[in-house]
Amino acid sequence: MSSAFRGFVRKEVLHLLRDRQSLMILLLMPLIQLLLFGFALRTEVDDIKLVIVDPAPDQATLALRARLGASGLYKIVSVIPTTTGLSEYFERGRARQALIFESGFASRLERGEAGRVQLITDATDPNSGSTMQAYATNVILRYEAELRTARGDGTNGGGPIRIVMQARMRFNPELESVNLFVPGLMAFVLTLVSALMTAISISREKEMGTMEVLLVSPLRPWQIVVGKVTPYVALGFANVLLLLTAARLVFGVPIRGQVALLLAECLLYTVTALSLGVLISTRASSQRTAMMAALAGTMLPTMLLSGFIFPIDSMPAWLQLLTNVVPARWFVVVVRGIMITGAGLEQLWQETLILGGMTVLLLALSARRLAIRLE
Amino acid sequence: MTAPLESDDRTPAIEARELTRRFGDFVAVDAISFQVRRGEVFGFLGANGAGKTTAIRMLIGLLAPTSGSATVAGHDVATEADAIRRRIGYMSQRFSLYEDLTVRENIQLYGGIYGLTVAQIRARMDALLQRLGLEHAEKKMVRALPLGWKQKLAFSVALLHEPRVVFLDEPTGGVDPITRRQFWQMIYDAAAAGTTVFVTTHYMDEAEYCDRISIMVDGHIAAMGTPAQLKQDSGVATVDDVFVKLARPQLAGTAL
Repeated sequence: MSSAFRGFVRKEVLHLLRDRQSLMILLLMPLIQLLLFGFALRTEVDDIKLVIVDPAPDQATLALRARLGASGLYKIVSVIPTTTGLSEYFERGRARQALIFESGFASRLERGEAGRVQLITDATDPNSGSTMQAYATNVILRYEAELRTARGDGTNGGGPIRIVMQARMRFNPELESVNLFVPGLMAFVLTLVSALMTAISISREKEMGTMEVLLVSPLRPWQIVVGKVTPYVALGFANVLLLLTAARLVFGVPIRGQVALLLAECLLYTVTALSLGVLISTRASSQRTAMMAALAGTMLPTMLLSGFIFPIDSMPAWLQLLTNVVPARWFVVVVRGIMITGAGLEQLWQETLILGGMTVLLLALSARRLAIRLE
Repeated sequence: MTAPLESDDRTPAIEARELTRRFGDFVAVDAISFQVRRGEVFGFLGANGAGKTTAIRMLIGLLAPTSGSATVAGHDVATEADAIRRRIGYMSQRFSLYEDLTVRENIQLYGGIYGLTVAQIRARMDALLQRLGLEHAEKKMVRALPLGWKQKLAFSVALLHEPRVVFLDEPTGGVDPITRRQFWQMIYDAAAAGTTVFVTTHYMDEAEYCDRISIMVDGHIAAMGTPAQLKQDSGVATVDDVFVKLARPQLAGTAL
């Protein structure tokens, strides 16, 4: 019986390899989605063109300038001594932000007086405007805090080091938005691709009529289901590797936890998503229906109910309850945990167990569906 | 009439007793009973919607009977589906080979599914390809073969594991007359080798080739016997005429 199963898996692999076009689509689509979503959903801005107006450079202004330059967010296009001609930078689009120091900045700080800076931001696009302001503010506040610590001054806000900014913004943790949504995006893309893959594979067989022949054969429904999923697990895993590499190289998302654990969890989720796809396609009679159902049945819940875009905490209680049945919701927690907070299995075992349980349940249901569907 | 549990030579290859299938209020197959002997070529005729497909699906274990019972190769369809699956071959009206696999890969796949060893598969594949004159095509994709060859290949693959009974659901649809004739020669060869053939068809000339035929009308078996008997009973010249006569509702049942 096991050789029958091996033969079946071999056939599935052959299908996969022979259909080059679909193979390329399945491998490239997630990557393209990650990049598109990644850039489209990003709220932060990089390579902000910054002009510095520094009438009398001293060690404090130089230090701040260096810090802004080293933040990776700014590109200092010019340092000018006066504000004349500054508006031209903005009008011509050569700068999107300007930081203006007053002369004697360092000595004022040393004397315990307020060092004053003015921050001007191009707010043509209000969102990126406020983001840019938040970035600069953050850099300046951090420098201020460092100075205080270095001098051992009081830290309760009453210390002598004070930088006063004209454009004041609350600190906004948007710096981390990419890190937060990449795990959600991975769940989203993996779900979508897996559902599509199985939709193509199972409903094609039903459409061709070969499924009937398989069902009449001694192969058991679970063998058909597991055999269908097996080669796609490899493909799904290849997608995981591509996604993680792209997340790291393009968006600089860190992996603070164990890579092996992350890969294992991704593998588990790939199987979960594939089984979900199998379940959907065992119900659909044609490839087209299966694809539509797979897209609708996985895309919306994964997008809306996984915490990928909308935080689960802020949903009404009944909706929060509903998110529990969405596999992606658990996967997002796991991936965020491993990548961002560096959590290990000891923190994530519950989510892992839930995903594992869901997978077994979905596979069992699919096999049952396939057996009942014989009507 | 009581069938022994063991399948010896006298056990009918297929036996249906009051086999019934309802879908809600609709009775697709209404208490049909018949026996098919081993090595017989049994033609299962009926108009579209007469219940043929439902009946065949119950016999091959794709559909559970609502009531009544049936045995195939001596095993009960309701309780011993697994034993039946290993002992039957099936060729659906839709093409049952994989177009994107080669001839050899298809044969290996089905051989493996039916538990043949690698050596068995190799030996039977060689014999099969030689018989069909397809030696040169072993490594060709199935999609590259002409339809007639595909059908003959599909039939041979359905027989690869030497099943006791082979079910053919409209096997010659869309095939040219010459290929159909060759196809029927293959059916006779299989029957001569001891395989029972249960075949549905729309071609009445093909019905004449069967050892016995049954004609289903509205879920009942309206007539059953050798083609010669049926023609004689109805007083007509061809099975086609028998069929037309029976399929008209006002005449249904008179032939029993």
